[in-house]
Amino acid sequence: MAKYLVRRLLQSVVVILGVTLLSFLTLHLAGDPTYLYVSERATQEEIDQTRALLGFDRPLPEQYLRFVVRLAQGDMGNSLRARTPALPLVMERLPATLELTIFAMVISTLLAIPIGIISAVNRGTALDGGVMLFAMFGQSVPSFWLGIMLILFVGLSLRWLPISGQVPVLVPLLQGDLMTAAENFPQAFRHLILPGLTIGVFSLSRNARLVRSSMLEVLAQDYVVTARSKGLRERTVILRHALRNALIPVITMIGLEFGFLLSGVVVAETVFSWPGVGRLVFNAITQRDIPLVQAAVVTFSFIFVLLNLLIDLLYVQLDPRVQLK
Amino acid sequence: METQLEHSEKTQPPPVPVAIGRPPQASAWRRARHSLLRARWPIVAIIILLIATLFAVFGPQVSPKDPNRQNLMLRLTAPFTRDEAGAMDFPLGTDALGRDVLSRLIYGARVSLAVGVTAVVIGGFLGTSLGMMAGYFGGKIDDMIMRIADIQLAFPFILLTIMVLVVLGPGVVNLVLVLGIGQWVTYARIARGQTISHREKEYVEAARCIGARHWQIMFKSIFPNIVAPLIVIASFNVASVILAEASLSFLGLGVPPTVPTWGGMLAESRDQLLGGSWWLAVFPGLAIMLTVLALNILGDWVRDFLDPRLRGVGF
Repeated sequence: MAKYLVRRLLQSVVVILGVTLLSFLTLHLAGDPTYLYVSERATQEEIDQTRALLGFDRPLPEQYLRFVVRLAQGDMGNSLRARTPALPLVMERLPATLELTIFAMVISTLLAIPIGIISAVNRGTALDGGVMLFAMFGQSVPSFWLGIMLILFVGLSLRWLPISGQVPVLVPLLQGDLMTAAENFPQAFRHLILPGLTIGVFSLSRNARLVRSSMLEVLAQDYVVTARSKGLRERTVILRHALRNALIPVITMIGLEFGFLLSGVVVAETVFSWPGVGRLVFNAITQRDIPLVQAAVVTFSFIFVLLNLLIDLLYVQLDPRVQLK
Repeated sequence: METQLEHSEKTQPPPVPVAIGRPPQASAWRRARHSLLRARWPIVAIIILLIATLFAVFGPQVSPKDPNRQNLMLRLTAPFTRDEAGAMDFPLGTDALGRDVLSRLIYGARVSLAVGVTAVVIGGFLGTSLGMMAGYFGGKIDDMIMRIADIQLAFPFILLTIMVLVVLGPGVVNLVLVLGIGQWVTYARIARGQTISHREKEYVEAARCIGARHWQIMFKSIFPNIVAPLIVIASFNVASVILAEASLSFLGLGVPPTVPTWGGMLAESRDQLLGGSWWLAVFPGLAIMLTVLALNILGDWVRDFLDPRLRGVGF
């Protein structure tokens, strides 16, 4: 196990280096990145000055090395707009985004599992057909459009739920202020529902289909037949024997899902005016504030890589057949 | 009849004595037609896609108005409104600048489909070639290609797309290239796996014996045998690229605002939401959803038809 852990950790480091290299190279895609940092009316002298200041006159490998070293120190350059370090700006907004992403992940997995099981057990019935058709729709809806529709109908016409804003839970929780966290929770929950659904529906649909097909596959296995012929109740067969194995592919999916949800966050936060990293990125895009976009992208990727590492370790615990290489 | 059809769909084509001298394609097409007629949804999907393609190709001919013609007197006309003469000039209403929503929808099909298909062709070509090379040659080439694939998979790709487009600036060519390159890994992994399983087969051996070159073996002998799962992936892939393009256009990173796109129309609709102009948001979204839904349904059917063993893989 220790050996596997070390190997897997090293792998993550390589991936993270790859991520930094990619985001570093992206900056240089359009040629000299100095022009991204200066205004259009800058004089040649100003341009040269900025280039020297930011180190863009150095050879590329040296620039990359500096970039990595600074990154390790938590320095991702200054936001062009706010003129303060970019990373703290991202970190400040991160809790709101995590709240939203975790909520979306919870609905997309917790609902998908029972839905998938019910569909698999009732294979071929109208119920199964209906659920799968619904899942098909869920996979085809552009999430931001779903968000707009939810605002239009649930928010503006029916006035059931708030359509913008956020009430913090994670921040007071992290600060140890349990009272405030508990007090805020009901309001926070109401604010989370629409944006959470907006991001989560695609994954919910995909996971439901995945659980269903994986369940169908497991139900055809010999050991399930054995369990049945032992005279076990159908409930026990499905929940005890089949489900556990059917969930394995779903867990792999969850790790990949997180990256997907994080990307959906940019759009959903914009639609719902959610004060998270996503909206920060959106504003940074419109202002071409590249260091800020870069800081957000690298932060998201780090979280993504770490989460997948965790999932892989969990995988080993869940499925003893997985060989540690 | 029913059972026989099902039988013939799942196993090899039935041994019809007349079919001996015939090319195998004929029976494959017939099986496809039978299977298509039995399942109703794929037909609906094909009809939707045909309409979208028609709009994309003959946009200027079928669109009732110029999509960029502004008419500020008639801004935000609700859909289905009739003028004094009783004519319905703007069946789906007008936007904040008085442009005809229907015409913009028809023109929007062009960008969505063109970007979706081109990006998938680029990604598919790149991924298949690299994946086949990795699988065929193995060793260091394999290691290198698959390591790069791993890194890309460990990276939430849409974020990188956003970053590249912010740096390079929006535009159709950039969009297509970035989205296309984003897709190669899926194809590479499947092409590699399939190539490995075919590499040692007798027909490859035979091709080698008669002195075929590596690329000939790869593209003439192996490729036709591994193309089925790649087609399946491609049909789902067009759907997801269309969704991605819409998101990026929505973020202002797609094509320039003068070109009407479905995602761009949705982005513009946001400013009018509180004013109650629901049609600006509803119609472009429906257009995206129907197109993507049709592609997904068709992808499902193609998968089940080409290879029933793939049923329930992934998606």
